[in-house]
Amino acid sequence: MIASLDEILVSAAQKLAEAANLKELDNVRVQYLGKKGVFTDRMKGLGSLAPEQRPVAGQQINNAKNRFQSLLNDRREGFQNAELAARLTAETIDVTLPGRGQNNGSLHPVTLTLARIRYIFASAGFEAVEGPEIEDDYHNFEALNIPEKHPARAMHDTFYFDAHTLLRTHTSPVQIRVMESSTPPLRIIAPGRVYRCDSDLTHTPMFHQVEGFLVDQNVSFADLKGVLFQFLTSFFEKEMAVRFRPSYFPFTEPSAEVDIECVMCSGAGCRVCSHTGWLEVLGCGMIHPEVFRSVNIDEDRYSGFAFGMGVERLAMLRYEINDLRLFFENDLKFLQQFG
Amino acid sequence: MFVSESWLREFVKLDIDRETLLHQLTMAGLEVDGTEPAAADFSNVVVGEVVGLSQHPDADRLRVCEVSVGEPDLLQIVCGAPNVEPGMKVPTACVGAVLPGNFKIKSAKLRGVQSSGMLCSQKELGLAESSEGLMSLPASAVAGTNIREYLELDDEIIEVDLTPNRADCLSMEGVAREVAVINQIEWQPAETKANAVEHDRQLPLYIRSPEACPRYLGRLITGIDPAAETPIWMQERLRRSGFRSLGPLVDVTNYVLMEMGQPLHAFDADKIDHGIVVRFAKQGEKILLLNDEEVELVADTLVIADKSRALALAGIMGGRESAVCDQTRNIFLECAFFSPAIIMGKARQYGLHTNSSHRFERGVDPELQMRAIERASELIVSIAGGQCGPVSESSNYAYVPNRPVIRLRPSRVEKILGVSVDRREMSSILERLGMSVSVLDEETWEVQAPSFRFDIAIEADLIEEIGRVIGYDNIPLNDISMHSVLAKSSEARVASDLLKETLVGRGYREVITYSFVDPDRLKQVDPGNEPIVLKNPISSDLAVMRTSLWCGLLETAERNLNRQQSRIRIFESGLKFLKTADGIEQKKYLAGLVLGTVSDDQWGEKARSVDFFDAKGDVEALLQFTGRPFQFVAKQHPALHPGQAAEVLESNGEHVGWIGVLHPELERKLGFNSHVVLYELDEEILCKGSISKFNPISKFPHVRRDLAVSIGEEIPSASIVESIRREDKGLVTDVKIFDVYRGPGVESGRKSIAMSLVFQDSSRTLQDFEIDSLVSRILTKLETKFDAKLRD
Repeated sequence: MIASLDEILVSAAQKLAEAANLKELDNVRVQYLGKKGVFTDRMKGLGSLAPEQRPVAGQQINNAKNRFQSLLNDRREGFQNAELAARLTAETIDVTLPGRGQNNGSLHPVTLTLARIRYIFASAGFEAVEGPEIEDDYHNFEALNIPEKHPARAMHDTFYFDAHTLLRTHTSPVQIRVMESSTPPLRIIAPGRVYRCDSDLTHTPMFHQVEGFLVDQNVSFADLKGVLFQFLTSFFEKEMAVRFRPSYFPFTEPSAEVDIECVMCSGAGCRVCSHTGWLEVLGCGMIHPEVFRSVNIDEDRYSGFAFGMGVERLAMLRYEINDLRLFFENDLKFLQQFG
Repeated sequence: MFVSESWLREFVKLDIDRETLLHQLTMAGLEVDGTEPAAADFSNVVVGEVVGLSQHPDADRLRVCEVSVGEPDLLQIVCGAPNVEPGMKVPTACVGAVLPGNFKIKSAKLRGVQSSGMLCSQKELGLAESSEGLMSLPASAVAGTNIREYLELDDEIIEVDLTPNRADCLSMEGVAREVAVINQIEWQPAETKANAVEHDRQLPLYIRSPEACPRYLGRLITGIDPAAETPIWMQERLRRSGFRSLGPLVDVTNYVLMEMGQPLHAFDADKIDHGIVVRFAKQGEKILLLNDEEVELVADTLVIADKSRALALAGIMGGRESAVCDQTRNIFLECAFFSPAIIMGKARQYGLHTNSSHRFERGVDPELQMRAIERASELIVSIAGGQCGPVSESSNYAYVPNRPVIRLRPSRVEKILGVSVDRREMSSILERLGMSVSVLDEETWEVQAPSFRFDIAIEADLIEEIGRVIGYDNIPLNDISMHSVLAKSSEARVASDLLKETLVGRGYREVITYSFVDPDRLKQVDPGNEPIVLKNPISSDLAVMRTSLWCGLLETAERNLNRQQSRIRIFESGLKFLKTADGIEQKKYLAGLVLGTVSDDQWGEKARSVDFFDAKGDVEALLQFTGRPFQFVAKQHPALHPGQAAEVLESNGEHVGWIGVLHPELERKLGFNSHVVLYELDEEILCKGSISKFNPISKFPHVRRDLAVSIGEEIPSASIVESIRREDKGLVTDVKIFDVYRGPGVESGRKSIAMSLVFQDSSRTLQDFEIDSLVSRILTKLETKFDAKLRD
């Protein structure tokens, strides 16, 4: 008795369901669709039928075969899905574990501050220039209208190598060096290390300054005020009160010191501003005619302003650092807090 | 300078409050550094009169006083001060008083005797750092008067930080003058009168250097009461001005110095031999100064001398031998004008800084001397008695500085300040400042400053004065015009920031260390270079300029190791300083130090300590920006391990820097317990890059061949690679060493280098046989040149 196609399909479905894995499933496939498979045999058996019966019977076999194929596919997909699911489970990781490789280091807070100052001034066309740190008396003092024995020299505790050679006490000599070798208009900032023979809680023998100056026709004190006001509000990213008060530097006249509203207490008065509400952050002024004379710039044709600021001071205010000496102790626990 | 607010207000009648006054001073350029009450808080202290005094029955040192405080009932107060005496007026703290330091006065029994209050010393009232015995008040003080009112203690001491140009403000009169200008009101200088001349004795004056001492005034005052005491009011004003009371003669000179800004000196007239000689010192001449220091004089120092010896350093400090003392009855009062140029820097030269030198080197008003000497004479006579002689004067007006006539262009004022100023306002400001103004024409004024303004010499000085008085606040904020040229930017230049950020991306932290270092440490690290020595270092371990950045890096590493760090990656960029044949070379270097593990502890990776090649990778990353090839040549450096050190060179042999492992000897001496890898590179060379240039990309496939050859240990692998590159005819596009092997299969004394070679042509696909023949040529060459053997 030859089984009917329906019976074959029932038994095939049974076998497909019983297959435990893809390999067994494939055995079932071969059993039915292989060269000696059940369906293949049936197709071969068509030849024994009358020609007019063949198309219908063939059609029936094909239908059954397709039905089988579809069951097989479903079953196979089930296996594949399960296999993939198992693989995914096995491959699941703890994504909270740390990543590998080199962690970033950091730039020194003085460098970060300098970069910020340079960037802001660069947007107004100021070019950064550096100068030597071992300077001569002429560039550090004489040409800046600070003759020998001038009381202002007492404000600079100078490190000397010999009578004429010293460690620059400010970045202002760069002003002289640039003006000696170039002609106005000039827009320069000069960042760098400076040295004073002084060491206590609030002084280190080395620190950083940025000197800046602009020489052109018709430069006025009002321009100076405008530039520095814009710089300070840009640097601190804050609209704040800025005041210019008269002061004295031998190489500028009129001279001013610039105070900002205390960034810690917004002017209410706190320990940082000695309860004055103000913080002194800059010295500045119009370039002194004597300075122009010493570099052969026509003081009637040109005017200019210059300013100087302490970088550590700005960094301390910006990053709320409370001890100047930390900058040069280079404790990694300090350094890693920046950048 | 310390300014007593109540004293100031005597000179100038101000109807502004304290806060406004302080703001005005600061905004006029007389920066207020701070203020402090003239006396600490205390209450319920009154003038008391000791009307009765008896010995305490049970204590030798205590006495029982009956004290009147202006009320019918007397207070009984037990007192231990030795100077208490009947009739004395003394500050008396009544029961309920609170003294400075929150010290409460209560009624109590002292050794069995009731005491209802306390008699006070200056120290107990917070008026002096220390004091001997009770504070004795003048007999005129009325018992019961509140002591705060009596001493006018509700006063504020204003600390003004004067800039060196404003010598004219180094006195109460000077500050008053300034405040008057700002407020546009009058002020009243101290009243002076010519003192009656009661004898005709004079000392002869011999001014040998009139250019240094253009004016010298002196006067003998005889018959002074040596027991006289400085009145309380003067002591109080001096105290608030920062002076200690040192007896009436010195106190008066200090008082006039503070009041008018004129330094004076009182000599004991009986110790002067013949007369006064103003001359330059003899080289090596010695003088014992008032501070009890003996100094040896240099010939450029001006002295006040008598016939036989130097008596004082002119304008700086008096001498001990001619000084007034407790027995002095006759004085010679000196009031001079010394040229600022002669005094400048002199005090500092002798390690001194005095109130007198501070003023003379900045400039004392040369027209002040007569007023000042009369004022001082008057005060001395009123306090200590005595008879004034005539004022002797030797003035040489040819040397008295004249304030120059300055040409002022009003339009220039506006141009420099950037604000328009009414011409009348301009001249009013100048005149209020004591200047004479003559208008030659609209655009040409002639201005002359008063004798006390040494800082006004050129037009810019006047512009500053006008700006200052208008108020910097009233000058607008301008936006600068932006007619600038675009920045010149060189793409070929490697930015220093890029180098730093590259290292930061490779885990480094940037440090900044002092440019001066410990000479001993430097000698260990860089014995080959003689450093530049500071003449006045801040300390012996910061005494020479660094010739290597490694000093600071090593010290930073040590400090951090001591602070429990075990993995350190740091770099610094900065100048190092070398002596050269033609002077000093200051060049920027970029230096790095690494120690500890390659990376932070990581799960799933084995920790490994850094070695030469890790640091070399960092160095190569920096060098890569230049786009040029560099050489690493094995070479010895005194600070580095002899087998693990290399000089970095340009391909033309120019020195770039060093890299290597710290010498094990130094590693031990400096207390490191692991390898330290160091490098230092010329930053200027690192910054010298080039603009990238495109090369067409080959469309044809490349072929990779791996080769392993064994060579002698002594042969640098770089020379093998170099040799292959030369042989390539443009076909070898890459050579990489991927393994170095020693051990079984390789003869001892030799190493095996495994390389991958990549071949590619830009115009066609290479055939196997071409590559085979190229490889075999390469092998033959390596064999002849390096005795290299192909390994299977």
